[in-house]
Amino acid sequence: MSNNMIKGIRQLIFWFVILAAWQLLAWVYGPEILPGPIDTAKGGYELLQDGTLLSYIGISSYRVLLGWTLGSLIAIPAGLIIGKVNAVRAIAEPFLNFIRFIPPIAFITLFLVWFGIGETSKVALILYATFFIVVLNTLTGVLSVEEDKIRSARSMGASEWQTVLHVIIPATVPYMFTGVRLAMGTSFMAIIGAEMIASNEGVGYLIWNSRLFFRTDWIFVGLICLGLMGFLTDRAVALLGRKLLSRYGVVSTQALRR
Amino acid sequence: MSAAPQTNGIYIEQLNKSFSQPGAGELHYIIQDVNLTVKGGEFFILLGPSGCGKSTLLGLIAGFVSKTSGQVMVGEREVESPGQDRAVVFQQADSSLFPWLNVRENVEFGLRMKRMPATMRREISDRYISLVGLAGHEQKFPRELSGGMKQRVQLARVLSNDPAILLMDEPFGALDAMTRRTMQRELVNIWRKTNKTVIFVTHDIQEALLLGERIGIMSAGPSSRITDIYDVPLPYPRDLSEPEFHRLHNRIQEHFDD
Repeated sequence: MSNNMIKGIRQLIFWFVILAAWQLLAWVYGPEILPGPIDTAKGGYELLQDGTLLSYIGISSYRVLLGWTLGSLIAIPAGLIIGKVNAVRAIAEPFLNFIRFIPPIAFITLFLVWFGIGETSKVALILYATFFIVVLNTLTGVLSVEEDKIRSARSMGASEWQTVLHVIIPATVPYMFTGVRLAMGTSFMAIIGAEMIASNEGVGYLIWNSRLFFRTDWIFVGLICLGLMGFLTDRAVALLGRKLLSRYGVVSTQALRR
Repeated sequence: MSAAPQTNGIYIEQLNKSFSQPGAGELHYIIQDVNLTVKGGEFFILLGPSGCGKSTLLGLIAGFVSKTSGQVMVGEREVESPGQDRAVVFQQADSSLFPWLNVRENVEFGLRMKRMPATMRREISDRYISLVGLAGHEQKFPRELSGGMKQRVQLARVLSNDPAILLMDEPFGALDAMTRRTMQRELVNIWRKTNKTVIFVTHDIQEALLLGERIGIMSAGPSSRITDIYDVPLPYPRDLSEPEFHRLHNRIQEHFDD
């Protein structure tokens, strides 16, 4: 038997045990407290039938992807500048280290006041969640470029600008990528919080709103969707990184841990 | 100086590099009162114990390190910053090569910075890649190469910019003994073919005697200086078993015995 097959069988057994334990506990405590896998599947089917589940997944993913893309696009150049220009770093670094301890969720009320109840406030929240992680990682990357690389470029006639473009940026790509990937996870957490508090659609809304109908099975459906969305986007980002950026040393397929 | 300075000669007068320890107030010299003239086309060795400031002196000539006082001239020009006339081969190929570029792209780096057209770049990189014996490996990335091959890439990379001066900082220090001998032999061949001025830093007396026309002995730091200069009147390729080789080896060894 090949190694992969053994691994696959182990995984299968593992998931079966989890499901069995879950079902067992559900029988013990009753479906109102803990809906089992069967009830959850029924609830999920129900939500799929009337189309809410897919539209909620769609709207949550859209918010995350838009805010995350915008956040990354702003954060990468910002991180490069902060890392490269000492005067800017001296001012920006204490501020970054202060603000990164404020979780995105804490800003929800303010963002609602500033950007309104609509999509803008949610996208802005994701943008915020993404921005600081990507800036800090890019900045770390710029600071870890080996001095020898910069020196050798300079003594081969590269100008300051060429050194940034042809040495510092390519050498920092793995750090940017790590930041972008970590930010994806944080974005999912932020969007759920935002949707719970201020939204009429989305997976977070589903989880929060189900309490009104005492539909704990729907909550479970929402939780499983979240796990799957996070897992799949992370894998997609990792795959894209491996395909497009392997030249820059982005090779890891391992899930990142925070 | 009796004759007019040669454009590829190096003229160092009363050179000092010091730093003041915060709080202590007094100056600490890394190198003190260094005077040295290296003729154009000469193979000059800087020999000294670890930590004696050889690399600092090389960095001062390269323009990476700023001097405290004195003069470093290349030809008639004062050294103020790194320049294409002074190529540097670093001790660690891993930290100085660009891992996101393959062998050919690494070798063409300086030419690309000069915006040389691709066909001309190709011609030059072909010439130097085969000169260092890497023909057939053009598409490989640094991580796919052995230590000796990486140092060959470094050598081809600097030679393709046609610098007047080669500054080499223990480039073979990390190689195994056999690869090292091969590289030493080939460096001598390349030097004789290209007629560059070479300053080669090492702490290995045998290596110094195999390569150099003259050997400058640096005293142990701090306040390191060039204490003696030996002429090596042996023809190339050098023969380890020759009595004169042994005699010189023993004489130089005496400097480091106490």
